[in-house]
Amino acid sequence: MALLEIRHVTKRFGGLAAVSDASLEIQPGEFFTLLGPSGCGKTTLLRMIAGFDVPDAGQILLDGVDLAATPPERRPFHTVFQSYALFPHMTVADNIAFPLRMAKVDERKLAARVAAALGEVRLQDMGTRYPNALSGGQKQRVALARALIDRPRLLLLDEPLAALDLKLREQMQSELISLQKDVGITFVYVTHDQGEALALSHRIAVMNEGRVSQIGTPDEVYEFPANRFVADFIGTCNLLDARVMALDGERVTLNVAGLGTVRAWSSRPCQQGDRGVLALRPEKIQLDRAPSSGGEASHFLGTIRGQMYLGDVTVYKVEIGNAVLVEALLPNSTARGARLFAPGDQIYLSWGYDAGRFIHDG
Amino acid sequence: MYLFLYLPLVVVVAYSFNQSRLGAEWTGFTLHWYQVLFADAEMMRAAWNSLVIGLVASVSATVFGTLAGLALHKFRLRLLPVLIVTPLAIPDILWGVSLLVFFVLLNLTLGMLSVILAHVAFCISYVAVVIRARLSGMDESLVEAARDLGATAWGSFRFVTLPLMAPGIIAGALLAFTMSIDDFVITFFTAGVGTTTLPLKIYTMIKVTVTPEINAVSTLLMVLTMLLVLAIARLSPQIPSGKP
Repeated sequence: MALLEIRHVTKRFGGLAAVSDASLEIQPGEFFTLLGPSGCGKTTLLRMIAGFDVPDAGQILLDGVDLAATPPERRPFHTVFQSYALFPHMTVADNIAFPLRMAKVDERKLAARVAAALGEVRLQDMGTRYPNALSGGQKQRVALARALIDRPRLLLLDEPLAALDLKLREQMQSELISLQKDVGITFVYVTHDQGEALALSHRIAVMNEGRVSQIGTPDEVYEFPANRFVADFIGTCNLLDARVMALDGERVTLNVAGLGTVRAWSSRPCQQGDRGVLALRPEKIQLDRAPSSGGEASHFLGTIRGQMYLGDVTVYKVEIGNAVLVEALLPNSTARGARLFAPGDQIYLSWGYDAGRFIHDG
Repeated sequence: MYLFLYLPLVVVVAYSFNQSRLGAEWTGFTLHWYQVLFADAEMMRAAWNSLVIGLVASVSATVFGTLAGLALHKFRLRLLPVLIVTPLAIPDILWGVSLLVFFVLLNLTLGMLSVILAHVAFCISYVAVVIRARLSGMDESLVEAARDLGATAWGSFRFVTLPLMAPGIIAGALLAFTMSIDDFVITFFTAGVGTTTLPLKIYTMIKVTVTPEINAVSTLLMVLTMLLVLAIARLSPQIPSGKP
């Protein structure tokens, strides 16, 4: 059975629906991420799980039992807030001991557990400090230690890395992964950063305008986006208007505006004549000086219109025909990789038949 | 401009140590006037009255003002903020006259009780404003974090909100005490015949003649007020409020 189940949950603020008819299941031990742009309802959903907000409709169930009547302090969940929410008038040790004191744990046993928790997050000598004397990363670790000390069933994390700088964020990401593995507690993680979601999660729920757009593993949502929004929000994607001409199971033959016939895979079952988009990831496009041969691949002649050097890769803007502009991404495998092509160059684009995804509208 | 503001105060302090009875010229240093002051039974009674009124009024006003400040912060009310802030803008003379009429209507004998009631009334607003400022600087998620980590609604107030509010409560109480002990106008209208506070006593003495004893008592009052104001200023930014 799922650890946590969210059934048709809706929450309105004023007349606006922050979350509408959201349903999902979270399995024990999972690192589950709610991903979406700001205002998509992910934080509201997290707050409803924590018990700070009450759903207008629908249910939230823990082990199959409805949590509607359970106040936040009686839910076996803890939250790591974006602002960390460390109590400024308590020392680090008192902050970490707070959940134990609230649960009336014997003061004699308490000290040893706090010391162990401090060790777990490598802050052994920081127990007597006040939160104001800590760096951002240290505050983050205190917030984690405090939320994990009494081993909650679920740890809720609300954009916990948003306030950290890039290097520290990357370091904390790998710490979070190993921490989750070590403690074995189910994590529900909220973020607007798609890279972070892909790197950390076992499964991702992509949210848009209060609705759950798609639930899947990182590679599922990246490789098989269920709709235009998911394709566009996760990573970069060329989206070209297309129409189904013929189909053979999941393989479709499309008529793409400005390109003509292209073969692709369909994310969902579709019918001849369906309209939608061809979603094509920039890294799946090959650029060559000479036409390459490959039976199943799509080939087009294009002109380089723009170039952006990003260190590890170079992104080219390529115009095909007179109307279609696509992005292609090339790894800079040699030092001169960046100057492989220049604006104005005529090049050949190709991609395998399984590179493109057809996403039909509606 | 500040010279103009503080010079008279400096003069009062200096002349409280002057040997001359008439005060015009400096004739030598003495603590004589302070001895006279502390031997003056009427003056001591007035000081005692001021102290009792100040303590009772500031403690009561702090309790009510803290509750009002919490209500202001917690509920987005429309009327209460107006009710709280308006008294700060109403002239003392208006307070004095209206409270006097009110007490007479109630048939309340003017004396310690009426003065205390009047002081509580005008001090509540000062405390409420200080408390609200303190609370609005507090990170909302701290209270949620407390609930989230197992504290009940009361527990989160007791262990998080109240300790973070404490400097504001103390600052509010000191401010109320300062306002009370220095008040002349409102006290003048509500004190009746028998009750004399320090400011009232100074006023009646000045009507007769300016003696260096007044300089001495004014100096002491000034020192007390300054210490209180300093304490309020020290308390306000001292403990971090928890804003990220």
